[in-house]
Amino acid sequence: MYMHEWALAEAVVSAVSQIAQREGLKFVSQVKIMVGELQQVELDIFEFALTQLKSGILEKAKFVLETVPARLLCRVCGKEWSFARNSLARDASEAVHFIPEAVHAYVRCPKCGSPDYEVVTGRGVWIESIKGVQHP
Amino acid sequence: MDRKHKRCTASMMDPRVSVISGRLKGVKRVIAVSGGKGGVGKSLVASVLALILSDRQHQVGLFDADFTSPSTHVILGASKIQPLEDNGLVPCVAHGLRYMSIVAFSHDEALPLRGTDVSNVLIELFAITRWGELDFLIIDMPPGISDAALDIMRLVRRLEFIIVSTPSLLTFETVRKLVRLLADMKAPVLGVVENMKMRESTFLARQVAAMGVPYLGEIPYDPKVEDALGNVKLLRETVFARKLSEIASKLESCP
Repeated sequence: MYMHEWALAEAVVSAVSQIAQREGLKFVSQVKIMVGELQQVELDIFEFALTQLKSGILEKAKFVLETVPARLLCRVCGKEWSFARNSLARDASEAVHFIPEAVHAYVRCPKCGSPDYEVVTGRGVWIESIKGVQHP
Repeated sequence: MDRKHKRCTASMMDPRVSVISGRLKGVKRVIAVSGGKGGVGKSLVASVLALILSDRQHQVGLFDADFTSPSTHVILGASKIQPLEDNGLVPCVAHGLRYMSIVAFSHDEALPLRGTDVSNVLIELFAITRWGELDFLIIDMPPGISDAALDIMRLVRRLEFIIVSTPSLLTFETVRKLVRLLADMKAPVLGVVENMKMRESTFLARQVAAMGVPYLGEIPYDPKVEDALGNVKLLRETVFARKLSEIASKLESCP
């Protein structure tokens, strides 16, 4: 199930390139990427994909990945809890890997049983910051 | 940090959005089958239109974007809709159509999603689905002018809309607002399809013409459709499909 990491890496590389050009960077030196636990991204493969896909303005970029724990908050009773990857069956886990919101089909609030909860942190992948050198 | 170095905070940048247009670059036309409200036959029009265009040797994709009430898999009788992993997701093929539905991920479970969740699912699916080369991508839109419909308009800038309406004044009232909204957003409307017509009336055709929108044609209420659901061979033989086929010809000839 790891090929999805390549699609995510492709999206990150494309987005960073766009931001870097918009900000007038000559090259990007570091990209900090937050990876939500809910999506169960395999970090090694994701990082490998990023390094394989980087080119041009990103050629020298170092990617720093940071995992963000997935916390869920029930809208009905207010219970907050952590997502437990091992609690899902294989099919469900794979579905959540591709579409994190599919969690609402398989996980219920441990206190009141509601499927109406918010993923407070740790949903998916986003770019936290980009460091680079500007054109003189 | 000296003046030459710069740190950009990019937390508002969703990396997925940047690849969506690229994912659709091999798609010649993206047709959104929409409606002012639910229950007017959008999913049936979208599914059978996709089959008709595929029967005419076009490469066609069908994306069920109605996440709260997906039904195209039932219409098509598509039971195995597992996409293939290959640098993203390659849609499965159902009756010749490249097909994507949230059901591939929610299976038989209910999927209660709030507006933000729906947006996220839409972005994720548009960002990771590799449609490849298509003549038509048909999108079965969520009803009305919901968050989801607005998101699709935001994410896919070259949508062409078909609006499905029933002959009822109640439906037309919602269609009128949808047409106005699309005009404001400068989204092209191919026209309005009058579905489930049960008696002679020119009401909808006149109203649509008054708005300056093409009236694509009428489809009578066809009781045989219910028994044909899930069986594409029977669906193709319905009056519904025959009348929609005439409408499809008009769409093919649009530039």
